[in-house]
Amino acid sequence: MSGCMRQEPDGARADYNFAYLDEQTKRMIRRAILKGLAIPGYQVPFASREMPMPYGWGTGGVQVSAAVMVPEDRFKVIDQGADDTTNAVSIRAFFERTAGVATTTRTREASVIQTRHRIPEEPLREGQILVYQVPIPEPLRFLEPRESETRKLHALEDYGLMHVKLYEDIARHGHIATAYDYPVRVEARYVMDPSPIPKFDTPKLADCPAIQLFGAGREQRIHALPPYTRVVPLDFEDHPFEASKPDHPCGLCGATDSYLDEVIVDDAGGRIFVCSDTDHCEARRDSGHVGEDTA
Amino acid sequence: MSAHAEMTPLLSVRGVSKRYGAQIGCADMSFDLYPGEVMGIVGESGSGKSTLLACLAGHLRPDTGSVLFDTRADGLRDTVRMSEPERRMMSRTDWAFVHQNPRDGLRMAVSAGGNVGERLMAVGARNYGDIRRSAVDWLDRVEIDTGRIDDRPSTFSGGMQQRLQIARNLVTGPRLVFMDEPTGGLDVSVQARLLDLLRGLVRDMGLSAIIVTHDLAVVRLLADRLMVMKSGCVVEAGLTDQVLDDPQHAYTQLLVSSVLQV
Ligand SMILES: Nc1ncnc2c1ncn2[C@@H]1O[C@H](COP(=O)(O)OP(=O)(O)O)[C@@H](O)[C@H]1O
Ligand SMILES: [Mg+2]
Ligand SMILES: [Zn+2]
Repeated sequence: MSGCMRQEPDGARADYNFAYLDEQTKRMIRRAILKGLAIPGYQVPFASREMPMPYGWGTGGVQVSAAVMVPEDRFKVIDQGADDTTNAVSIRAFFERTAGVATTTRTREASVIQTRHRIPEEPLREGQILVYQVPIPEPLRFLEPRESETRKLHALEDYGLMHVKLYEDIARHGHIATAYDYPVRVEARYVMDPSPIPKFDTPKLADCPAIQLFGAGREQRIHALPPYTRVVPLDFEDHPFEASKPDHPCGLCGATDSYLDEVIVDDAGGRIFVCSDTDHCEARRDSGHVGEDTA
Repeated sequence: MSAHAEMTPLLSVRGVSKRYGAQIGCADMSFDLYPGEVMGIVGESGSGKSTLLACLAGHLRPDTGSVLFDTRADGLRDTVRMSEPERRMMSRTDWAFVHQNPRDGLRMAVSAGGNVGERLMAVGARNYGDIRRSAVDWLDRVEIDTGRIDDRPSTFSGGMQQRLQIARNLVTGPRLVFMDEPTGGLDVSVQARLLDLLRGLVRDMGLSAIIVTHDLAVVRLLADRLMVMKSGCVVEAGLTDQVLDDPQHAYTQLLVSSVLQV
């Protein structure tokens, strides 16, 4: 629809329904985003719209991306680090179609990056926006299912429960077993759910030059981290947070400092570890880095 | 009373009333509780004991009256008019509340150790080893096998659950403990063991407590003073032995005689 609109010479009409959502809705979402940026880590309710895709596909992230996108943007979508999964390809195509924006797989070139479950390896810079798809934005949900009560706990900074969860982890497993979605305290105020990123990525949330926005479609919540925000993982003095990853180099590019996925490579069940961030791995290989498993 | 003349009460209740619509919960309650004292509140079911206790502990807002508590920082403060964060902080540190049903006072999905450690973590404890040691210590003090520290309370007997609830409440060294029928719902032999344990803790820690019960044996064993409630009002109050051995009010006489028949 907007593809036709954009053909019109009249500039005022040209952007009408740019990026699928109507202007009214985008204004409402932008207000929620601005409120989120003003109160880092606070979950702002918003009236989530029906999107032409199922909830599990990141409709919260898509609405946030649609609300912040401008025609000059260059858009990247990653799903667990990869640009080429069905999910990533569909969302990228959706915005090519409805906003006509340029797309890229290069972290460096992108101005808006929508992500599911990863933060790119390449350090983000000022001017970039990272949009997270969030399934459950409430970090207290697992021990306190009542929404009325969790709101009160946030309001009163009553976060003892979060440490109870970590205590239970250590009691049961001997260490903090929470490997994804690791809870963090933002600016010494709100405890925030960072979406299911691996804890390897958790330190990248902190002091980041880019704007980070988190959209939960089904749960109708947006939260945000403005640039250079203090973000601290919850832990114990004698069980400090550790950003762990598999102890291997990438089989394709040899990187020793990137987050790795274990993949099966042949019918005999052979496995190799490769960078989960496909753009990062390709860029390294393009500049001559080689791993042990490159045929 | 004259013995307390120069002391500041720990809790000073003034004219507390609570209605549920037309129904009276409790009416115009006033009394003082001094440090180290255990006050028993008895009366038949529906006489307003739980309502009063909930008003004192900040779970219910009374319609009228004030509840002055001797805070560590600022002396006597009206907890009814405190901000919610202040009141919550109070209930995590200086107050404890033991519910009749341990399910209301425990996290059933969290291990025994986690249940005991929660209040410590809520007030900032961040050393796992220390929290664990406190949990072991408290399980031991309430006579729970410390080998059960990682088990969930759902695997415990009713008596163990109640003892765990007590440990979870006392771990931060509260100055005032509210108990609502702490032995209710337990078998008689289990009740006796819990009462012995409570009596030991009250003595050793010098606890101040308000215990609501319909069981006169409980107050006989634990309470220094007694208030007898009927239809939301106090009909008689005094030293426990005096009230039980020489009841003045006809209603108290009835209560005492019915327990004697048991
Ligand atoms: N939530 C409530 N709504 C309406 N009436 C209540 C409620 N709770 C208690 N009451 C009434 O208030 C009176 C005192 O109840 P309660 O404080 O529970 O007494 P007790 O603990 O001595 O059994 C009773 O008449 C009871 O029915
Ligand atoms: Mg009651
Ligand atoms: Zn690689």
